[in-house]
Amino acid sequence: MPESNPRHFDTMASDFVIFTLAKVGAAFAVLMFFVAYVVWVERRLSAAIQDRLGPNRVGPFGLGQPIADAVKAFLKEDVVPAHVRKVWYCLAPALVMLPAILNLAIIPFGSKLGSQPMVIADLNVGILYALGIGSLSVYGIALAGYGSNSKYPLLGGLRSCAQLISYEITLAISVVPVFLWAGDLNLSCIIQRQAGTAPWLPLLPNWFVFQSPLTALAFVIFLVAAFAETNRTPFDLPEAEQELAGGYNVEYSSIKFALFFMGEYAHMILASAMLTTLFLGGWTLPIAGLDRPATTLAAGLAHIAIFLIKLVACMLVFLWVRWMWPRFRYDQLMDLSWRRLLPLALVNTLLTATWLWFRSLV
Amino acid sequence: MIVRRDRLTIWERLYLTAIWGGLKVTFRHFWRTVVRRRPVTVQYPEEKPVVPPGYRGAPYLVRDQTGRIKCVSCQLCEFVCPPKAIRITPPGPEIDPTTGNVEKRPRQFEIDMLRCIFCGFCQEVCPEEAIFLMQDYSLTGLSRSEMIYDMDKLLRLGGVHLDPIRKWERKAREAQAQETVPPTLP
Repeated sequence: MPESNPRHFDTMASDFVIFTLAKVGAAFAVLMFFVAYVVWVERRLSAAIQDRLGPNRVGPFGLGQPIADAVKAFLKEDVVPAHVRKVWYCLAPALVMLPAILNLAIIPFGSKLGSQPMVIADLNVGILYALGIGSLSVYGIALAGYGSNSKYPLLGGLRSCAQLISYEITLAISVVPVFLWAGDLNLSCIIQRQAGTAPWLPLLPNWFVFQSPLTALAFVIFLVAAFAETNRTPFDLPEAEQELAGGYNVEYSSIKFALFFMGEYAHMILASAMLTTLFLGGWTLPIAGLDRPATTLAAGLAHIAIFLIKLVACMLVFLWVRWMWPRFRYDQLMDLSWRRLLPLALVNTLLTATWLWFRSLV
Repeated sequence: MIVRRDRLTIWERLYLTAIWGGLKVTFRHFWRTVVRRRPVTVQYPEEKPVVPPGYRGAPYLVRDQTGRIKCVSCQLCEFVCPPKAIRITPPGPEIDPTTGNVEKRPRQFEIDMLRCIFCGFCQEVCPEEAIFLMQDYSLTGLSRSEMIYDMDKLLRLGGVHLDPIRKWERKAREAQAQETVPPTLP
């Protein structure tokens, strides 16, 4: 019937809108929950490493601490110093937070729940989108440094810009071998390429970390660059408290400061999600058929759980490393990026391409 | 002096030894705190730190084992006190009928704990061993007047200090030997 088609299209469209909105809401809620509790985990973990206890007063094990912190951040007076450039000053915290949330859209955090794919936007150029949006976060920090109109934030902002731009390039080039290997830019396809067990040692899963020495090297470079991109120790020069009295966020208070803080942790979570997706098999696990898209609801939920567990494991690495090493000196940081990692990533790309070409011949 | 900086070996320059070292140290401390439960944190209001012997806390007055106030109101502590935290009201010429004219005792003895600097001079100067710096380090109150401790409070907090000499008893006996207890003023 002629009029049934538009109606069918209407239900399809409304279904799409409803499910996408539901996924956006759920993913955003989970991200915010993780941001809050990663801060808690970081504080408890760092305390344990330093022989302390950490926040343990609000609720059992101090689990209410993030709520107390949030209430405090909202209720504090929002001081805007008189000397700032107001528009940029107010825009900067939002710009720090925004890329992390935008990048959430392309992360496949599960296979399927019912008939819905567990990714908000299954872009076929997913990783390009991720890298593009990710590099926007430098604007937030640069604007914070510029808009604060005082010397310490400016120094912090400048350092951060230089660092983020340097490592952005390394980050982008380090993942090229993975795409050569996978033959696709879509993150869901990349996950599918990591199903099963490694061909050279069937005990190991066929994740890109284990698939070949070249992708393992790519993993290492990506990891280092991700640390630098998220301003984590040993690359936390933009916010080196001892040198910059706090860095680009010195002039901020109240919820604006909280946004910087949350943005940093959101970036860390997103970096962990990318790491999981690109190198650690995403939601797959090579046992009990969990490396294929789910057909039942239970398997779908299991996939989400697997993804979150891998994510948390990556986060723990991020948190732990902070207490292991001192900060790099600025020239060492630049040296590592431009003279060590970037050539290494380029050579890795070249070797991978050569190897794949050679393999296609025989 | 010139510090020689040896060139790092290839192995050291790979940072792998540093990574391993950092991992070991952090893991050792993590293990110590989480698994063996030996953090250095003292959860203050619930568990209090044990102060070492000889700790100089708040000064309190003491009684001897027979319940007498040992202070004889000589006011040396009042004079020596650097921040002038101690104020003693001496008894004046009238005699306390409960103790007789054996020895003076303060009518009032006040220490302003907000002024006290816990220096211990009062304890050092006291000829009667009547005032001691005890182990209290956390004195709280809701007003300034509440922080001025009077004699009753100081004695209650100070407790009993064993006095091997018991000078008061001997003096009381001497007075009794004069058969005028309490001796009256001429």
